[in-house]
Amino acid sequence: MRLNVNGRDIEVSDAVGERRLITFLREDLDLTGAKNACDIGACGACTILVDDEPLKICIKRVKDVAGRRVLTIEGLAAPDGTLHPLQRAFVERGAIQCGFCTPGMVLVAHAFLLRQPDPTREQIRKAIGGNLCRCTGYQQIIDAIEEAAVHYRGAEAPAEPARA
Amino acid sequence: MKAECGRGWRNDAHAKVTGATKYTDDLKFARLLHAAPVYSDFVHARLIRVATEDAQRAPGVARVLTARDVPGSNRFGQIIRDYRIFADDKIRYNGDVVAMVVAETRDLAIRAASLVRVEAEPLPAVLDPEEALLPGAVLVHENHGSNLVNTHRIRRGNVDEGFRQADLVIEEQFRTQSVEHAYMEPEVAVGVPRADGVIEVHGSMQHPFSTRRFVSACLGVPLSGVEVVGTPMGGGFGGKDDTAAVVCARAALAASILGRPVKLMYRRDWSIRESYKRHPYRVSYKMGLARDGRITAVQCRILADGGAYCSVTPWVTWRSTVQCCGPYVVENVHCDTLGVYTNNVVAGAMRGFGSPQMNFVVEQMVEIAASRLGVSGVELRRRNMVRQGSVTVTGQRLDSHKVAMGEVLDAVLAETGYEEKLARCSRGASDGDELYGIGLAMSYRGVSLGAEGVDFCAAMINVQPDGSILLEAGVHENGQGAESAMSLIAAQELGVGVDRIRYRRSSTSNVPDSGTTVASRGTIMGGGAVTLAARELKRRMAEAVCGRLQCLSGAARFEGGEILDPAGRRSVSFDEAISVMFATQHFPHVVGVFRAPRVSWDEHTGQGDAYFTWVYGCQAVELSVNKRTGKVRLLGAVAAHDVGRAVNREMVRGQFFGGMAMAAGYALHEEVRSKDGRITTLNLNSYRIPRSTDLPEMKAIIIENPDPQSPSGAKALGEPTNEILAPAIANAVFHATGRREFALPIRLSAAPDDPPQEECRL
Repeated sequence: MRLNVNGRDIEVSDAVGERRLITFLREDLDLTGAKNACDIGACGACTILVDDEPLKICIKRVKDVAGRRVLTIEGLAAPDGTLHPLQRAFVERGAIQCGFCTPGMVLVAHAFLLRQPDPTREQIRKAIGGNLCRCTGYQQIIDAIEEAAVHYRGAEAPAEPARA
Repeated sequence: MKAECGRGWRNDAHAKVTGATKYTDDLKFARLLHAAPVYSDFVHARLIRVATEDAQRAPGVARVLTARDVPGSNRFGQIIRDYRIFADDKIRYNGDVVAMVVAETRDLAIRAASLVRVEAEPLPAVLDPEEALLPGAVLVHENHGSNLVNTHRIRRGNVDEGFRQADLVIEEQFRTQSVEHAYMEPEVAVGVPRADGVIEVHGSMQHPFSTRRFVSACLGVPLSGVEVVGTPMGGGFGGKDDTAAVVCARAALAASILGRPVKLMYRRDWSIRESYKRHPYRVSYKMGLARDGRITAVQCRILADGGAYCSVTPWVTWRSTVQCCGPYVVENVHCDTLGVYTNNVVAGAMRGFGSPQMNFVVEQMVEIAASRLGVSGVELRRRNMVRQGSVTVTGQRLDSHKVAMGEVLDAVLAETGYEEKLARCSRGASDGDELYGIGLAMSYRGVSLGAEGVDFCAAMINVQPDGSILLEAGVHENGQGAESAMSLIAAQELGVGVDRIRYRRSSTSNVPDSGTTVASRGTIMGGGAVTLAARELKRRMAEAVCGRLQCLSGAARFEGGEILDPAGRRSVSFDEAISVMFATQHFPHVVGVFRAPRVSWDEHTGQGDAYFTWVYGCQAVELSVNKRTGKVRLLGAVAAHDVGRAVNREMVRGQFFGGMAMAAGYALHEEVRSKDGRITTLNLNSYRIPRSTDLPEMKAIIIENPDPQSPSGAKALGEPTNEILAPAIANAVFHATGRREFALPIRLSAAPDDPPQEECRL
């Protein structure tokens, strides 16, 4: 079977298809942005995007994303390292402390803003409601998402996720 | 600092937001083995035998380790060495680890762990801290002679006389619950045996130096034979001190024995089962007041359930004792504090460190008293609060710094429009289903370790020949932004851009043992050391170029990457000055040491200068309570804290919001629940920390009164923000419902006793 990870097509065997998706990404592809933190889909630290929709992958298998487009946090910035406007907003608004939830949080926010580029703060709050953060109280994360939203609107649509 | 750092500068932000940061579990090592701990079902039992044979024969197993495999000391502890690397004589709580399986993969290690059999003689468990103190109680540690871990006391003035002077005496009982830190990254460590004989440890911990001590004692090797390397960590909140260090020791032990790197990565259920928690408290509190609102006496008894091992219970309960009257001046105080062993999960350090419990008590007591006296809670607070030159309940005169109690209170009152909103509170009656309430709480807090122990910190600045700067301080990056704060402090003191500074990856083999990064001491102690190091560097640089500047070396100014004479007519660039130093055979390499000013403590009377400085905070919250469901909805929260000096404003705000969020969880839904000594809330679905949707919009008011005793001017922030929102919520609930809540978490009677588990959104 075949999957597309951060713009790259990857062919995997049926045996690999049975493996845990998070282990495959972290160990085989060294995409360690998705974190193991609860193993039951309760915290969101393992969130990636599949066809632009958030997916908590700690309880998924590789075959669950066969034929689909996977975006991990490593694929969001431009190939030259330039941060995506959403990432820049996270940095500038102080939305990052320990950083363990950050990859999942950024990706959930990215998927949300693609759908809803003109959100209220309450809508943002709901959108990240499934991703736990213990450091920030979410306040500056919401600030960051609100600030980045402008880049998702109209002519200022963000650069598509990097296709390596 | 201004232009260079922009908004929210962090040295690690780019790596974290792109997923490039490598936390311990993300690191890769050749020939890595994986370990899994083995628990037993017992809560209290005498250990007879740990049968490892079946596990040893399981596929992929390299070795099963037990206490017998520990070459050095199996026992450790920062105060009493009663904690075990592996259980050896008894099982004292359900989280005791009896063995550890090391295998080729983590799955194989976990599978084999279920094959270890524990033979033990069950003992009756003591799970209630009051019962633990009764004569004839089952002893958790027989050789300790009783279940009493420690006591503290305050004897000030004459409480009998104080109560005689009182026109009103109120007496109440309070209870607080066991709380989990719930750092997003569970405990993890990798031990790596190096060719030079050193055991290298990568792990998630707040105290690399105690980790090194425990590892070296466990292995029976000198401190120089262990190197704990700074690794990005996913949160600590006080929780990655003792347990994290023992996780490191186990990984290091296995690596040392097997000669291969070994990773011990905790599952969430292991983490919650084994790691220490915030102490559950039971507090009896009696307060006497004169008609004019003056508090005439306080008598209290504080009982802390320390669980199965000592950990830092004596220190946690000491802070509770020192701060037992909140930020109020009371002439007559009689306080008895007891830390107790039980067979419950261990309790230890957690953000706040004995203050959240006491503030929950005191900040409700003053409001109960106020309403009985017919004055406002704010008035009663003002009548009694500490002011410039006040003497605390331990006899310390507050005159070394600006006492900002009134300033933070005024800031919160003004921002919230408190008095006007207070008048609108429902007090149990409303037309619709929602009851409205506003409440506040305030505190003062002794900064850093105080009389807990030795308190000093080192920082090293090593300027390279091209003028770039390597910086390292003896404080640890827990995720709070310590490295960034240190870098900004150095940049400002040296008058250079922060981009010139690279914070070195820290190592216990490099920087002097500067203690643990807890007690909100990182910025004040680390920043103090960095400031002093930078000043020494400036002195040496100025000496090297004062001839060219034609001024005395002490008069030179460091600004904008240049060194200038006092008039600013002549200048030498920073880089040039460094070149001169190398050319004249002087290394621009300095060590700064900040020693905390003197503190004192008399354990017998509970009197002394407990902390060298204090911080002041006030928080208010608005909420609604649904009459039918009992559900509490937070509508908004405001906090004002005197931080000394705000080094990194966005990170300062982050401490405000994170601390308040954690306190909201403490107030309303967090509780480690157990059944017969076995924890039942073992993952983040059943142990419910606040979600974004549980929290209101929050506002941070940063008050800056640079502290004369802090070289950088900065004080403390991490814990103050976490210690008063729970009583503010309790007070707001009272103003909404007309009912007092004496136990945490607050569960209103209309609400179901056991809130439904959150559905996992996958």
